[in-house]
Amino acid sequence: MSGAFVPVDRLRETIADQRLQGAIYTATGRLIEKRASVVSPEVLPDYQDLREQARCLKQHTLENLDYYLEQLEANVTAHGGHVVWCNSGEEVADFILGLARQRGASLIVKSKSMTTEEIDLNERLEEHQLQAVETDLGEYILQLAHERPYHIVAPALHKTRREVADLFADRLGVPHDEVIENQTLTARRVLREKFLAAGIGVTGANFLVADSGAVVVVENEGNARLTSSAPPIHIAIAGIEKLIPRAQDLPVFLKLLGRSATGQPLTVYTSFLSGPRRPGELDGPDEFHLVLLDNGRTKLLADAAKRESLFCIRCGACLNHCPVYRKIGGYNYPGTYSGPIGAIITPQYQGVLKHPWLPFASSLCGACAEVCPVKIDIPRLLLELRSEVVRGRSGVERLAFRAFAWLGTHPRAYTFVTAMAARLAPGGENGWLRSLPFFARFGVFEKWLSQRDIPAPARQSFRQYWRNRAKSGPAA
Amino acid sequence: MSREAILERVRTALGRKPGDVPAPPPPVYLSQVRTTVEQRIDRFTAALEALAGRVIRCPSRDCARDAVNEIIAGKRVIASRASYLRECGIEPEWTECSRADVGITGADYALADTGTLVLLSGAEESRLVSLLPPKHVAVLPVSRLIDSLDELFVRVPLPADATSSMVFITGPSRTADIEQILVRGVHGPGDVTVVLVDD
Repeated sequence: MSGAFVPVDRLRETIADQRLQGAIYTATGRLIEKRASVVSPEVLPDYQDLREQARCLKQHTLENLDYYLEQLEANVTAHGGHVVWCNSGEEVADFILGLARQRGASLIVKSKSMTTEEIDLNERLEEHQLQAVETDLGEYILQLAHERPYHIVAPALHKTRREVADLFADRLGVPHDEVIENQTLTARRVLREKFLAAGIGVTGANFLVADSGAVVVVENEGNARLTSSAPPIHIAIAGIEKLIPRAQDLPVFLKLLGRSATGQPLTVYTSFLSGPRRPGELDGPDEFHLVLLDNGRTKLLADAAKRESLFCIRCGACLNHCPVYRKIGGYNYPGTYSGPIGAIITPQYQGVLKHPWLPFASSLCGACAEVCPVKIDIPRLLLELRSEVVRGRSGVERLAFRAFAWLGTHPRAYTFVTAMAARLAPGGENGWLRSLPFFARFGVFEKWLSQRDIPAPARQSFRQYWRNRAKSGPAA
Repeated sequence: MSREAILERVRTALGRKPGDVPAPPPPVYLSQVRTTVEQRIDRFTAALEALAGRVIRCPSRDCARDAVNEIIAGKRVIASRASYLRECGIEPEWTECSRADVGITGADYALADTGTLVLLSGAEESRLVSLLPPKHVAVLPVSRLIDSLDELFVRVPLPADATSSMVFITGPSRTADIEQILVRGVHGPGDVTVVLVDD
């Protein structure tokens, strides 16, 4: 989806879909409650300190990113791993395709990774007949349905058990079954075979630990553990902003991530992985490759005022708490990342003028900043982006506002224009103009005002009223 | 080459030069509280049971062996090579890991705060025994029960020096991906039992 204007038709569709509205509202509501129950001062008195510490650590790491990247690389290499630097998704796909060809691997298992969504990795691999199977239950459902994640941590939030039953019956040839436990077991059975047959496992990374040369992967299902440990080759793909300096910094982030994402003090599994299986170890992959991806991140890094966009640890709390996300859902946002975090990073990756409405799709209520575990000031960033949009525009809107400013500072002209307006568009509907007079229904005016009601001009201006009042004396 | 290009862009973005050493990072924040063994056992048990895990407390190694034998009776079993299992006399006949009904492991640490098992893979522990079978049984002495994640990273500041894989296991595998309904045992074990032994 792209375009200069708000996708009005799709938004209307989403808002009119009662079932979907209910699903979004219930799911995000439950996540809000669960988070609240584990960050309250009674159960986590140092929650605010943790946020501040996490923020300081992220800031320090990003401000010295080249140093920590090189430290990470040296440590990964020292543990027998291999670091691959990639500017873009194309380079990532080329690397994986080359490796698969060399090793004769034709099946890849994948655990959930927003970074690989961002670079359309599965599609790129499939173009070359390399099958990459998603193994997170939600992601697997979406892969069968050919859809994108609806939410950063709850990707299939919009799917019902009936839809999953239809999908499994259609794609897997199993009997139609709407019992969620059975659906889960079906996925377990089908995917277990894939894990044991796959030549390569691809995971993302929640954190990269510089002093250890390690990737940290956080999950609940166990599919990331299987992906990283069962196949003979493990490839971890991570954006360069995922770094933290030391293993000892992990508790701060782990305490925040699970709580903010799903209301868990710790997720079920946290894997701290550094390199391939070592001599003497009972199992584990023979090869470990860490892909460090830029894909626009250095562009964000260069902008000191907005650099904190890169602090994000992808917990999804800002989505759950956003009144706009909770109404419009995930698919009305352009780009891979939805919700408030998407509204600040997508414009920076793709250019503010590609979706100029996006930074405006917020009420600036501040709920996102309040729950962000690394204290990203999302409302401030939205305002920065709004001003960039306005400055970047040369067109009619800017001219219109300039004209308006001129009118507002020239009383005679103002009086004349408002008198004209009152004559041309009288009355309105209960005092509001819901649509424009025919002669103004064109181009940008029509678009701009199609979503805005304006108060109908009064039949008599205040000045006129005052003059008339002076003539006929004060009203009784 | 991409490596140089990326590092160059990073340095330009930050106004840094190759070889620039950063100021020291913010201090490490690890808190330690003093708790008794009994307190830790209670907290661990409460935390794990809240996640539908099970805790069996045994006064002796023989008791632990009997408890494990009862669980695995008639089942296909895989065990790790944890020396503590041998010390308890837990030496079942092995089957192939991917076919086993039960996987038995030790644990290097357990975290009372969150009901978490910590396993460092090596010559004793494996990555897959605690993962592939639908049921996981971990046997460990109470002396390995520590307070929290913070204490773990005080004791093991550099896990990568010891192992290629350190995993935290906090209860049974779970998902809520369909309609937010909780289902256990999606890819990992749906059943986690911890046998805590008093010596």
